[in-house]
Amino acid sequence: MNLSLLILIPLLTAILLLLLRNATQVKWVALAGSALQLVLAFVLLYNFRQQRIEGNTAQILFETSYNWFPSWGISFHLGVDGISVAMILLTAFVVIAGVLVSWNVTKMTKEFFFMLILLSLGAYGFFISLDLFILFFFLEIAVIPKYLLIGIWGSGKKEYSANKLALMLMGGSALVLVGLLGTYFSGGVHSFDLLKLSQLQIPVQTQMICFPLLFVGFGVFTALFPFHTWVPDGHSSAPTAGSMFLAGISMKLGGYGCLRIATYLMPQAAKEYATIIIVLSVIAILYGAFATMMQKDLKYINAYSSISHCGFVLLGIGMLTKTAITGAVLQMVSHGLMTALFFAVIGMIYERTHTRQVSEMSGLLKKIPFVITLLFIVGLCSLGLPGLSGFVAEMTVFMGSWQHPDTFSRAATVLACLSIVVTAVYILRAVTKVAMGPLTESFEQLKDAAWNEKLAAIILLAAILAVGLAPNWLINLVSPGAEIIMQKMQ
Amino acid sequence: MPNTTLILLIILLPLAGFVMLGIFGRKYFGNTSGVIATSLLLLSTALAFYTAYGYFFKYGKVDGMYQKLVPFKYTWLQFSPGLSIDMGIIIDPVSVMMLVVVTFVSLMVHVFSLGYMKSDERFPTYYAFLGLFTFSMLGLVVSSNIFQIYFFWELVGVSSFLLIGYHYDKPSAVAACKKAFIVTRFADVGFLIGILVLSYSSGTLDFNTLIANLTSPQTNEYKNAIAASFLGMSALTWGLILVFIGAAGKSAMFPLHIWLPDAMEGPTPVSALIHAATMVVAGVFLVARLFPVYAIAAPSALNLVAYVGAFSALFAAVIACTQTDIKRVLAYSTMSQIGYMMFALGVSKYGGENGLGYTASMFHLFTHAMFKALLFLGAGAVIHFVHSNEMKDMGGLRKLMPITHLTFLIGCLAIAGVPPFAGFFSKEEILLAAYQHNQGIYWIALITSALTAFYMFRLYFKIFWNREHHPLHEHHGEGGFSMMMPLVLLAIGAAVAGFIPFGHFVSSDGTRLNTGFHLQFSIAPVALGLAGIFIAMWMYKKQNAIPGKVAASLNGFYKAAYHKFYIDEVYHFITKKIIFNLIGRPAAWFDKYIVDGLVNATGNGTEDFSATIKKFQSGKVQSYAIYFLAGAIGLALLFIYIWK
Amino acid sequence: MQPGLYHILFISTALFFIGVYGFFTRRNLVTMLMSVELILNSVNLNFIAFNKYLWFDKMDGLFFTIFIIAIAAAEAAVAIAIIINLYRSHNSIDVEQTEELRY
Repeated sequence: MNLSLLILIPLLTAILLLLLRNATQVKWVALAGSALQLVLAFVLLYNFRQQRIEGNTAQILFETSYNWFPSWGISFHLGVDGISVAMILLTAFVVIAGVLVSWNVTKMTKEFFFMLILLSLGAYGFFISLDLFILFFFLEIAVIPKYLLIGIWGSGKKEYSANKLALMLMGGSALVLVGLLGTYFSGGVHSFDLLKLSQLQIPVQTQMICFPLLFVGFGVFTALFPFHTWVPDGHSSAPTAGSMFLAGISMKLGGYGCLRIATYLMPQAAKEYATIIIVLSVIAILYGAFATMMQKDLKYINAYSSISHCGFVLLGIGMLTKTAITGAVLQMVSHGLMTALFFAVIGMIYERTHTRQVSEMSGLLKKIPFVITLLFIVGLCSLGLPGLSGFVAEMTVFMGSWQHPDTFSRAATVLACLSIVVTAVYILRAVTKVAMGPLTESFEQLKDAAWNEKLAAIILLAAILAVGLAPNWLINLVSPGAEIIMQKMQ
Repeated sequence: MPNTTLILLIILLPLAGFVMLGIFGRKYFGNTSGVIATSLLLLSTALAFYTAYGYFFKYGKVDGMYQKLVPFKYTWLQFSPGLSIDMGIIIDPVSVMMLVVVTFVSLMVHVFSLGYMKSDERFPTYYAFLGLFTFSMLGLVVSSNIFQIYFFWELVGVSSFLLIGYHYDKPSAVAACKKAFIVTRFADVGFLIGILVLSYSSGTLDFNTLIANLTSPQTNEYKNAIAASFLGMSALTWGLILVFIGAAGKSAMFPLHIWLPDAMEGPTPVSALIHAATMVVAGVFLVARLFPVYAIAAPSALNLVAYVGAFSALFAAVIACTQTDIKRVLAYSTMSQIGYMMFALGVSKYGGENGLGYTASMFHLFTHAMFKALLFLGAGAVIHFVHSNEMKDMGGLRKLMPITHLTFLIGCLAIAGVPPFAGFFSKEEILLAAYQHNQGIYWIALITSALTAFYMFRLYFKIFWNREHHPLHEHHGEGGFSMMMPLVLLAIGAAVAGFIPFGHFVSSDGTRLNTGFHLQFSIAPVALGLAGIFIAMWMYKKQNAIPGKVAASLNGFYKAAYHKFYIDEVYHFITKKIIFNLIGRPAAWFDKYIVDGLVNATGNGTEDFSATIKKFQSGKVQSYAIYFLAGAIGLALLFIYIWK
Repeated sequence: MQPGLYHILFISTALFFIGVYGFFTRRNLVTMLMSVELILNSVNLNFIAFNKYLWFDKMDGLFFTIFIIAIAAAEAAVAIAIIINLYRSHNSIDVEQTEELRY
């Protein structure tokens, strides 16, 4: 199958959106476009599995390459492996849910949906490109819409948050760019091609310099401690769909980059720096969890908990075992789906109660059972209830981390395990306060979820359950990719 | 051979009930949902009995040993070659016994709830949750993989959470469900890390392989696990202690017991099912599941189990004597009885006659499920009748509630260990096992059994005697057939379950164990039990001043016991003061002012810097020209004199 | 005494700094333009002088001078056009008054 379709469809949708004049048409076109993306993602999954079943064991499938700047070694080189397929599926799910929950956006509707589709375009492009230059190009495409989404459609101190987010992400991108150029010039071949670069042994000297640049650069996207502070402000100021995209997709760009670019290309350096990565990720896990405990705003709670959860991604990468890396990818998928749903639910609650302060809500289960049931489910997913996706991902990370017999890794794993208690504390405190207890009088008139909200929630929930109840398909998809990364390690 | 489909059906029928009622219950089923759930469970119970019959009497025994059969196994999540979470079914004496207990008690509770919860507006949800719980508990007891147990372990935890918080508009219920979840969650971390340790030591997560690898001294896994040491104990001992922490959390052992009394906020039938008969014994079940490893490879971990169990038994019994909420009395009594089961396991050895403690523990688990479910359901009937949990609102109910009275009395006699009721036999075996292996624990157990008899009859007399007439003027009868039938059935169970020759079926290594009846040995416990009963009768049969005087004479101690020895306050102090104030708040502060502050400082610094240099851009042509000139001259000097 | 290269260079340098001084101190744009012309002419003078005294067999200096004269004329035209426009909008040709193009 032609992977360019994944870029073309959002692109065409976006262009079509610009031509439309009527808000209703805009919504339906955006929905159709994102539904098409979802279908395409499933077709991709199906074809990918079919190829694998037929015995095609190539690392990258569906490779296509167009020359772009041959003199500089830049080509439009696309291809996917299991990890990218998982990420593309995640993106497609989050996009359609994001479009659905934004049904009631009235301010500059056309531009809003345009931005959403543009962001998805950047994400798809990022996940399928095998050329570091175009990968970087798509990374940047994914940043700009976020700035506008927060700055224009946000709430609260939106200008501050938008600036902070854009500047920190741009700073991260700058580090990435420096790292990429370093790899380009000192890697041995003057090429941006991921596959070509992975064939050769990048000199250890270069690795030791470029790896931290790339890892920290991408790490900013995925809330690496201490570069995580755009997360709470950015998420809480963004409109609902913006938060969903931010947490569900763009934090995953970073994790994917850390794994696929930094660790894959520079295994020796990854080994050298593993200790630091593990320390930082354990700090992020625990510190994020404890900081969450003190938050009073639902969006802040979820944003801080994202820091904690993304720590598991980095922990999995830092541990450098096949199981742990598989777990890291699972955690990316799981966290993407889960936080997207969480933010969607928070958006639904906010739309009805006009507050996000936990202390101002009580007993909502009585009035809006559908929304609150979702809140329960997603909260339980966040604290790792078996049967939902969080459990699978976290356990895989733990299991993978424990395979290192040294005391340091053991201690890190034990500390990371402790976070599941703290998670339970903050999730339960928030969820029970909002859902249970006597009903606040002013909320007597609330209406339960509308069709679009129900549909969005059910789509995400189905994905969460598909990962949580039958994880093997995803693991079989992802682990060959992790295997290849580990093989380079030897 | 066992019929896999039927066994799967036992487990999946309650799940079907949960899914059906959870999604469509409120819209389509309404009040029929109780009947639907009950009939599904009836089917499941029948299948469980059928399986038990088949296993124990037909195919289970080969060469005089009950086999561990794994009729079904599905690789659910493959971590790495060798390590995987398999969803499987293990059929051995303990799991079959548990299947019967869980389905039967759950069925009784389902039936009882038909009457008890009749007028509740969330009736379908209630049955959906019960279905979820039953499914998870059944999945837990048949687990063939240690991670599968953890999986269902968490699920029973969450269903317990949902059911405790069932009356969600009551703040105390909300607090209780949160507490239950978080405390057990804390223990589960221990369990999780324990699983990691054990999986690393044994190279597998599968129970049978794990036990085989860790109990035979020839295997490399065994040697490594015994050798690797951390803080003076082997890795294996650490792993098993951690697993026991998980078990202690679920089974409300000291000091992780604090959630159990509060969990009584849930509807009473739920307490009967979850917090008396099934879920709380999951910890005992877990230790029993890993018993060969405990007994052979880590006797010190097993000692810990014994002492924690014995201490909890006594501790809870003392508190139970002072409580006034009838459900709390029963809750502490549950904790105390689980303590019995735990220390029975703890004093046991592996194999043959030495495995008496194991058999006794499982036997007690079985009989306890019967009489404790009976007592809770009886208490439920009483609460349903007087609309209060407090003893002071009761008294003199024996004439108003004759069936409840009689069945409750049977339950009390059973738990007090009066022959020939069920509790007598199981407790007898436990005491014997303790006597043979650990005298200290034997004496603790003996005192506890006297206390048990005392507080249970205190409860009994306070509810049904104590006053001539209950002041309730208008009453609505004792509760319908649906509420009385389970009481009667369970009472029959509590009366006759003791005559089952349990050792023939369940023993530590699967062989037949003859548990005799030792007349001389049982004199002491029975006499003490009867003494407890008579003291309770003397103090509480009629209203009088004796209890007040006794309480006053034991002033400080009574107060401490009444306040549950201030354990809750200690926890409150640790969580509120230490975790929130010393970790949470500083973390949030650090994030807000240091990390975020640094980012803002970078921003502000850049801004200040640019504010300083922007003055050069004055708009005045002439000053630009001066800079230009100065620059040109400077460069010229540089080129001429420095970079020649 | 024949005037030599140094004399001419002295004059051109003097002219240059007079021009620079005028450019920095005068507020009137027309005067500043005149100062610029002075600077240009000092350069012209240099070109011619060097051509004559050092490479009298070549013509490059002369060509450059003519070039500069032409450009100076064009530049004066443009500058005066700007000055006139400025006068129209500001009613003044004082350079101090025109600070719109600052930060």
